[in-house]
Amino acid sequence: MKARVHITLKPGVLDPQGKAIRQALGHLGFGGVGDVRQGKVLDLEIEETDPEAARRQIESMCRQLLANTVIEDYAIEIQT
Amino acid sequence: MRAAVVVFPGSNCDRDVEVALRQSTGREPDRIWHGDSKLPDADLIVLPGGFSYGDYLRSGALAAHSPIIREVIARARAGVPVLGICNGFQILVETGLLPGALLRNADLRFVCRDVHLSVENAQTFFTSHYEAGAVVRIPVAHHDGNYFADAATLDELESENRIAFRYCGSDGAATPAANPNGSARNIAGIFNSEKTVLGMMPHPERLADPALGGTDGSALFHGLTAALSG
Repeated sequence: MKARVHITLKPGVLDPQGKAIRQALGHLGFGGVGDVRQGKVLDLEIEETDPEAARRQIESMCRQLLANTVIEDYAIEIQT
Repeated sequence: MRAAVVVFPGSNCDRDVEVALRQSTGREPDRIWHGDSKLPDADLIVLPGGFSYGDYLRSGALAAHSPIIREVIARARAGVPVLGICNGFQILVETGLLPGALLRNADLRFVCRDVHLSVENAQTFFTSHYEAGAVVRIPVAHHDGNYFADAATLDELESENRIAFRYCGSDGAATPAANPNGSARNIAGIFNSEKTVLGMMPHPERLADPALGGTDGSALFHGLTAALSG
């Protein structure tokens, strides 16, 4: 089965890349853009077929490696 | 003093730190490949600077799960001193041996220049050959050196004297202008609570010989040698 993990900076953690992107949008004439936060998306293909078991497995991956929970949040999307 | 330097794919300051260690200790440090699972007996373990695993995922994140790191963590917990420089500091926070995280530099630029540091705690294995409050000149070279921790952790680091070095001006003042990367409270290096693990972004090994243009980094290696020999 396939799963998508979204990793985003926790609120309050400075995101200079997001700020730079927002500034560049302004230069392009896209006004009215508030805060921009940059994150990452990981697409995983896993052998597990039970969605709940897959979610538990990916949670464990996120806590151990995929996200740094000091600064990042993660959200798991199971795609069946 | 026997020192072990762990080498990862992408380490690039391992040779420099070996030269500095050899000059201070008079003996050859052991080089340990990241894929090994056994560490020789060592009085000091060094995680050198560089770009382990190409900084993939997050700086230091993949190295923090190298086979050898399990052994490094076990030794650190048993009290063996561990020094992490630059990428080594990033690896130490990823392992959880040190708190916080190192974010992208606030101005997004790779910063490579000499900076001034104030020695905040001179009563440790690592810093005993510096005067308390001394201002030293050490180079930095990093893209992800912006130290972050929540306010409670920062307060704890301060109250427990666990800040080793702060970025400062030549007068010792830790001002925003003297902060090269946006680090919280100008933090350049921190200790674990036992003061046996030091992580720092600046590179003392790069100014540890007159031929390199300065020797302010030498005191760290001389201090370690004096504290950990025999």
